Parts: sequence; structure tokens; C-alpha cells
Amino acid sequence: MAQFQKPGWLDNGLVRWVDHRLPIFTFVSHELYEYPTPRNLNYWWNFGSLAGIILVIMIVTGITLAMHYTPHTAMAFDSVERIMRDVNYGWLLRYIHMNGASMFFIVVYIHMFRGLYFGSYKAPREILWILGVVILLLMMATAFMGYVLPWGQMSFWGATVITNLFSAIPLVGDWIVTLLWGGFAVDNPTLNRFYSLHYLMPFVLVGVIVLHIWALHVHGSNNPIGIDTKGEQDVIPFHPYYTVKDMFGLGVFLVFFSLFIFFAPDFLGHPDNYIEANPLATPAHIVPEWYFLPFYAILRAVPANFVGEWATAWMGFVFIEAKLAGVLAMFGSIAVLFVLPWLDRSPVRSSRFRPLYKWFFWIFLIDCLVLGYVGAKPAEGVYIAIGRVATIWYFAHFLVIIPLLAKFEKTKDLPKSISEPVLGGGGGSASAAASKPMEKA
Amino acid sequence: MNMIRTALVAGVVAVTASMTFSSANAAGDAPHAPEHHWSFSGLFGTYDRAALRRGFEVYNGVCAGCHGLRLVAYRNLMDIGFTEAEVKAIAADVDVPAEPNEEGEIEDRPGIPADKFKSPFANENAARASNGGALPPDLSLIIKARLNGSNYVNGLLTGYKDAPAGEEVPEGMYYNANFSGHLIAMAPPLSDEGVDYADKTKATVKQQAEDVVTFLTWAAQPELEERKRMGIKVILFLLLMTGLLYVVKRRIWADVH
Repeated sequence: MAQFQKPGWLDNGLVRWVDHRLPIFTFVSHELYEYPTPRNLNYWWNFGSLAGIILVIMIVTGITLAMHYTPHTAMAFDSVERIMRDVNYGWLLRYIHMNGASMFFIVVYIHMFRGLYFGSYKAPREILWILGVVILLLMMATAFMGYVLPWGQMSFWGATVITNLFSAIPLVGDWIVTLLWGGFAVDNPTLNRFYSLHYLMPFVLVGVIVLHIWALHVHGSNNPIGIDTKGEQDVIPFHPYYTVKDMFGLGVFLVFFSLFIFFAPDFLGHPDNYIEANPLATPAHIVPEWYFLPFYAILRAVPANFVGEWATAWMGFVFIEAKLAGVLAMFGSIAVLFVLPWLDRSPVRSSRFRPLYKWFFWIFLIDCLVLGYVGAKPAEGVYIAIGRVATIWYFAHFLVIIPLLAKFEKTKDLPKSISEPVLGGGGGSASAAASKPMEKA
Repeated sequence: MNMIRTALVAGVVAVTASMTFSSANAAGDAPHAPEHHWSFSGLFGTYDRAALRRGFEVYNGVCAGCHGLRLVAYRNLMDIGFTEAEVKAIAADVDVPAEPNEEGEIEDRPGIPADKFKSPFANENAARASNGGALPPDLSLIIKARLNGSNYVNGLLTGYKDAPAGEEVPEGMYYNANFSGHLIAMAPPLSDEGVDYADKTKATVKQQAEDVVTFLTWAAQPELEERKRMGIKVILFLLLMTGLLYVVKRRIWADVH
């Protein structure tokens, strides 16, 4: 197998001169060319590099938009419209950036569900997973603040609702809200600090992503079978195999992305955001961007006084208000991801060998979609009940089902290695997929 | 098998997601706007130039009495076929405040093509005072600021009817079948022969509504034609590139499979 050769350009004289002093070429060669990658990765493994590419697209379009945008409550809305109408290809930049945010979340959510399905968060990749959750949080903060900048009705009222959540925190809540606002309401100082932070956070994101990839490259990618690579026969060099596969995936994705940019640029947005912010007129329904809807549903699922009464009964005093309980539930829904590697003690990573977990994974995915659906609906009638059941299921999945499955689930036999055909009664499609490379090799 | 399953999953997720989007946006109680086929809809849609011109006549002759178009400049009309002389004449029809003169006084001057459309009222209070307390919204973005905007505005303009028996219409309000709650402060703006089209098209209410909606859609999305043209090219290029990449990928992976 002559696959692991160093790239030819490492022999160039100038390259060798630089490399002797700053081994940057060796680094690139090691991490991008020779980097050994499991040979059996499927297309669900495309979404990590895709997310990285979208971040670059967002930073490039964002920096350009920032050259034309005015962060002032009296001028922000009009400056965005100036970009749309008078700046050369301004409409293109803005539509890429606006829809790019949605694409980023689509890709990252797929990336995360892939991790959940194939157990990519398990040892020795816990820190890799935790860094990923940090990336998600940073993305959410960045997206939220970016949505405020056009200063439309949803910008303003979304900002008002979300910043107000922090007032639920005992003792320091009001202080935090004042700090977020830079005053006593969402106003010009709020817009200015959000703009500043919206520009800063993507670069923080880049830093955490570097750590994420560093952690990844220590043990390499997980794979659809979820067993460790056992030697050269199980791996192929990243270049050219996965560079070309990622490029192909990128092409497919860009077609999807372009359909939105050029033919349905406002499909994912809310019409109210084309009305300039008006603190005196509240929209009929304040709805966050689609990627926040499941979390919005969890926020609203906690009934008034539910935890209050519980706290009264069990602790003898009411400390936690319903609003705080909702906020805690919302943040808890992400916090629980941080400890997932320790909730799931099953030694088997891939769902292909976990007949029960596989089903609960799909139920969980549906649960998240239901939460998203409920989040888009007004908090009334049957949606409240559905939202509560779905919220309870969300937490039960992580806190009850996963720990129990780890204890009681009877997993299938794992294949000996990625390159060897599966022995014995290992799962149907899994074993077929696993043995495929060998049949043709 | 794997491909089919993946496609199924993607399909279910996409359907649920689009349901979520449409329900997120439809969270109002507005009646469903009647569908209409527009010259600018579809992948290859472009604005009907004659309709744009008539639509401008409707806006200028009817809507502009109460509604501004503050994000659009007179010069933009040249993008849709008005000649420079026509645009200069249209702009010169309005008076706008000039720069302070040598004595520091601000006088009016005739508009020029670089000016934005002059709004009918000096400020919100003046607008409300003249309209029984209601505020006529600026129309620059009205098509984007309403769900299914072109159909919505078209429905609204053609939705004036006699109130059904038993329904009380208060003083200063009008019954409109396509407005949320059916009671609207805007008097029926269009009437048959309400404008004299320069191209002699018969000015029915239906015709005027279609024309002005076309004009307002252009006002909200002046980039639409360029965007769609570019989109076709971009997607054709991407499909070709992706196809080639697929072939390259198969070749490179041939020794692994």
C-alpha cells in the first residue's frame, strides 16, 4: 500500500528551508495529507468539514457586510436596505450571510446527530464532544446577536424576550440584564455591544474549532462501526480520499444553499423583520429563528409554579420561580450534552450494534422535531401539552433511557476490525456495509 | 438500501421542518391570500415591464397620497425602462428641502433623480392626524413584510366587499374580506377607471391591483431579476462541477472499494 507517501512538494528546497525553521509544511502534510482516516466513513462524516467551510463563508461575507452596516438604532435598518439596493452585489452578500446562518445550524445539527448515532462522544473523544457543545453555544450566541443587527421588529422583540430571560436568575439577574442592555431597555447601547460581540465571537469560534480539530486528530475520526482502527489496513490517508469526498459533498451542499440564496432568500426568515423595530408595537407572535425553536419550546414548557410548588413541598420554601425554571430547563437541555459521555456508559459506540439504542435515537430525533414544531406555535391549547411531553422525553432520553440502556441493553457482537468481514451473527446491514470494502479490495 | 434509508430520513426531516417554518410564519389569523400567477414568480420570472410602468402610475396617482416609498430613489425607475428625461420630470414634480442657502435658510427645490421618493407626510404624527389615527405604512418593503406578500397585497386591494348582514362596520372603517379581522381603516383605494393608463389598458380594479403589486414587488426586491439570472448560472455551474467531482471521487476511491 503506497498510500501513505509524503507529498512531493516537501522536497522543494525553499519548503525544506522554511520547514527546518518553522515546520509548518510538515504540519500540513501530517494533518491534512497523511492523516490516517478510517476507510469506512460514510457521507454523514462530511458535515464537520462542511461546517468549517460555512464558518469561513460567514466570516468573509460578514466582514464585507460590516464595511457597509451602521450600528445605530436610527440607521441600522436603512443601512441594511442600502446594502440590499445600492451596494454592488450587496443583496448577494446579505442573502448568503442571512441564509448561511441557517445552513450552519442545519449542518451542525446533522453533525451532532451523527455523533449521537455512532457514539462519537465516547472515550477517548469526550473532550472533542465537549468542545463541540461549546461551539454550539458560541454559535447560538453569535446567531442571536446577528439577528438583532438589521433592527427589524423580530430583531428588537426577540432581543427583548431573550435578554429578559436573564432577569430570572436570582440576586444578580437584573444586574446582568442591565449589563446586556447597556441601559434600561433594548436600545442603541444594546445594538452597539451586540454588533461588537457579533464581530468578535466568530473568531473565538475559530479558536475553539482549532481545539476541536486538535482533539479530533489525537485519536482520529470515529467510524460507522465504532471500533478503533487496528492498523494500516483500516485507514487511508486523508488526502486525496477524503479531500475529494468532502469536495463532492461541498458541491451538493452548495446547490442546496444556492437554491435558498437565489430563489427563496426570505423563506427561512420572518416577514416582520422587514418592518423597522418599533418599541411601541409588539408583534402578534414573537418567534425566534427556526434553529432556536426546540429550545424555545422547552423554555415555554415549564408550567407556572410547577417547580415552585415542587420546591415548596420538598424544600419548604419557594426559591425557584416558573420563569427561572423555564430558563434552567432551556439551558439544561444543552448542559446535559456536556455530561453525555458519562451518562452513556455502554462500551459499544455505534448504533449498528445497539438494537435498542438505535430505536431510541430515532425517537429522540422525532422528539426534537416535535419540539421545533411546538416552538413555532403559540403557547396555547394542545401545544402546551405536546410541548411538555416532548420536553420531559428530551430529558428522560438523556437522564433515564441512556443510563438504563447502558446497563441492560444486549449489544450485538462487534467485528474484529474495520477491514475484516464481520464474524458470526452481527447485524445485517451493518455487517454488509462493513465487509463491503473487503469484497472489492 | 443505505441510500434509500438516508433519503427517507432526509425527506421526513425536510417535511417536518418546512411544516415548522410555514406554521411559524402563519401564526397570525389573517385569511389565506388568494393565489395569483405573477410575471416574476418561478425560476425564470421577470417583471412585466408594461405592468411595472402602469403600476407606477397607480402608485403615483393613488397610493402616494398616503403611502411613502422612502427606500426607492427616482433614479431607480431607469432600471425598469423609464428614460432619463421621464425620471427627471417625475422627480421635478415634487419639492424637497434644499441645502441651507447663504443666509442659512432652508428653501424648497425641485426633486432630482438622486432623491428618494418623497413621503406624503412630514412625520408619523402628521400621517396619523390626516388618517383618523391610523398610520399608512411605507410601501418600500410591504411585499417582503407580509407573508406571501404579493398575493396578500393583491388580495387586500381587491378584497373590499359589502359587510355580511349583521356585521357592524364602525365609522371610518371598511369591510375587507382579505384583511385580518375584516375591518380596515384604509378606504377602498382603487376604483374602475380610477387612473388613466398611458398605454390605454382598461383600468379595472383587478388590473390596477395586479399592476401596482408588480410595481411594489419590484420596489421591495429590485434585485429579483439579476438574482434569478445569476442563480440559474450558479446552479448550472455547481451541478457540472459536482458531477465532475463525483467522477473524480469514484476514480480516486476505486482502489479502496
